Amino acid sequence: MTFDASRGAEAPPELVQLLTPEGERVEHPAYDIDLTPEEIRGLYRDLVLVRRVDMEAVALQRQGELGIWASLLGQEAAQIGSGRALTDADMAFPTYREHGVAWCRDVDPVNLLGLFRGVNHGGWDPAEHNFHLYTIVIGSQTLHAVGYAMGIQRDGADAATIVYFGDGATSQGDVNEAFIWASVFNAPVVFFCQNNQWAISEPLEKQSKIPLYRRASGFGFPGIRVDGNDVFACLAVTRQALKNAREGQGPTLIEAFTYRMGAHTTSDDPTRYRVAGELEAWKLKDPIERVKAYMFKTQIADQDYFDAIDAEAADLGRDVRKRCLEMPDPHPLEIFDNVYTEPHALLVEEREQYAAYLATFEGGDR
Amino acid sequence: MTTLTLAKAINEGLRTAMEADAKVLVMGEDVGKLGGVFRVTDGLQKDFGESRVIDTPLAESGIIGTAIGLALRGYRPVCEIQFDGFVFPAADQIITQLAKMPLRSLGKLRLPVVVRIPCGGGIGAVEHHSESPEAYFTHTGGLRVVACSNPADGFHMIQQAIRCDDPVIFFEPKRRYWEKGEVERGAPPLPFDRGEVVRPGTDVTVVAYGPMVRTCLEAAAAVAEEGRSLEVLDLRSLNPLDTELIYESVRKTGRCVIAHEAPVYSGLGAEIATRVTEACFYHLEAPVLRVGGFSTPYPPSRLEDHYLPDLDRVLDAVDRTFAF
Ligand SMILES: Cc1ncc(C[n+]2csc(CCOP(=O)(O)OP(=O)(O)O)c2C)c(N)n1
Ligand SMILES: [Mg+2]
Repeated sequence: MTFDASRGAEAPPELVQLLTPEGERVEHPAYDIDLTPEEIRGLYRDLVLVRRVDMEAVALQRQGELGIWASLLGQEAAQIGSGRALTDADMAFPTYREHGVAWCRDVDPVNLLGLFRGVNHGGWDPAEHNFHLYTIVIGSQTLHAVGYAMGIQRDGADAATIVYFGDGATSQGDVNEAFIWASVFNAPVVFFCQNNQWAISEPLEKQSKIPLYRRASGFGFPGIRVDGNDVFACLAVTRQALKNAREGQGPTLIEAFTYRMGAHTTSDDPTRYRVAGELEAWKLKDPIERVKAYMFKTQIADQDYFDAIDAEAADLGRDVRKRCLEMPDPHPLEIFDNVYTEPHALLVEEREQYAAYLATFEGGDR
Repeated sequence: MTTLTLAKAINEGLRTAMEADAKVLVMGEDVGKLGGVFRVTDGLQKDFGESRVIDTPLAESGIIGTAIGLALRGYRPVCEIQFDGFVFPAADQIITQLAKMPLRSLGKLRLPVVVRIPCGGGIGAVEHHSESPEAYFTHTGGLRVVACSNPADGFHMIQQAIRCDDPVIFFEPKRRYWEKGEVERGAPPLPFDRGEVVRPGTDVTVVAYGPMVRTCLEAAAAVAEEGRSLEVLDLRSLNPLDTELIYESVRKTGRCVIAHEAPVYSGLGAEIATRVTEACFYHLEAPVLRVGGFSTPYPPSRLEDHYLPDLDRVLDAVDRTFAF
């Protein structure tokens, strides 16, 4: 059961947590999860591997191989927990930071790099993965997700939509309109807000005077706050919200309470606006360490297992790096491709003119 | 005389305007503590406080909408849109409200709102960070639209924009933010709606603004050695246009090339070319030519050097005006 804030019957527990930062399993009255050791090992592997991909991407940016990168560091549990709650038929709409969700949707990590390397605007087929393209314009995708959910509803399909957005995004008109549409049409959509405490340099107080999950009540659907660094809780809460959506109970807002441990992007310098102590405090709540501690304690895994995952991560990092460097630059005339479905007179003309112009340079190269 | 980067010059211009008039406010995303993603508002919040330098919620329509309200209450808000591609959520407030309210009030209301927009490409950014949306705004009656190209203009024009009682869309060429130039603080600036001959010449008039001014100056320098003399104009004001400046130059040279980063199709160049043809028809030796972006969305950054007109493409157009 999700807490329905709109009914306001009782104060909600502020934060759904199933695994403490120290790696203790705790009970929650409304949510529980029964995971096999195999599943827990799988979640741990996901967390470690996406952190490794992210780390490699940061390094690639530093070395000039990517123009920019938006790191997910610290948000792995929110993304893996929610991402692993999805069925194949569910559809996900990401921002630009959802590398962990992309992983859960089987998008090749190298394909995430194209946008940041500047070789394409999005390098995967959204329909193949049920994972939409990254959206950079803050909040826009929330409306797309609701529309998609309205389609699911009309098809009578056994599926739901999940849409990711940040704490800053909650200020956008589009996001508030999405809440209204989802509510009025009872759309099967889960609003998954990763409150990582910052929108570039602006702390949450610049966006909201109330906890974000409580916004939902004003729109007429349930809101819930989950420990975003607890992969078990994120999985349990998202699973339930998706199930409710699929069963016709409409939208849920999930606020995953987490922390952006890195810079906003590689272009950002957080020392200008936040104190180092904040990061230190959040490091104690690291999403990966707590799972590891739990697995050690419960003997779900031993050191050999952890070493094997680390080795796999190192291999993955190397592989991503290698294939990033091999990514070819597109041909200049590809600028004119895919803008329209059918040949378009203006672009045909511009393409021909530019091809002729390029040909005037020796070797056709400019 | 001091040497400043364009970003610093605009920063100093903002500071000077804020010192001169307590009604001047700066507002936008990350403009306070961070000083803006390009540091154009660096240090202003520290010196003028949080009530004059406002870190706003992440909502562009809100930024412009509330700026309109503040202006109605006698303030002079200077709004920063973080990147060109993010002005569109605010387009409704700009086009349906900001541009029209003074007229609707029969002139009783004045909306001295400045909308600063870092514009253009060339910095290797991801999508929505390299756009040149000026034509949407020059097409909207009620807005003044300007583009600075160098530190001196950045310093003076931002102050003129703030003093102006009309809404002003103020374009800043982001790839030029770090380029340095001389700024004379006390010098009387050119009128706000005037363009400038930035390099005199006799053979071809090359019309540019914002980021393309420097490119065109470099083109002019490159062909000077070959004995070809380009006259480069920096429009500065995009609406209104300093048409007399353009006509006078074209009547002298007989040839005209217009360069901008925005798509050629339905771009500002189309307006200028038509006007030049109408006003200078008997002086023209060749059709007016345009150089600019393609009619596609802005490409991934690895291809942006093909999309953005460079020195070679400007000179190619110059050559073509001699083929007639
Ligand atoms: C409409 C729009 N305005 C501004 C920006 C610039 N911008 C990029 S990310 C960002 C902050 C987003 O914060 P939040 O929603 O909390 O997501 P986070 O980056 O923290 O994941 C801003 C202002 C943008 N991308 N889109
Ligand atoms: Mg955030």
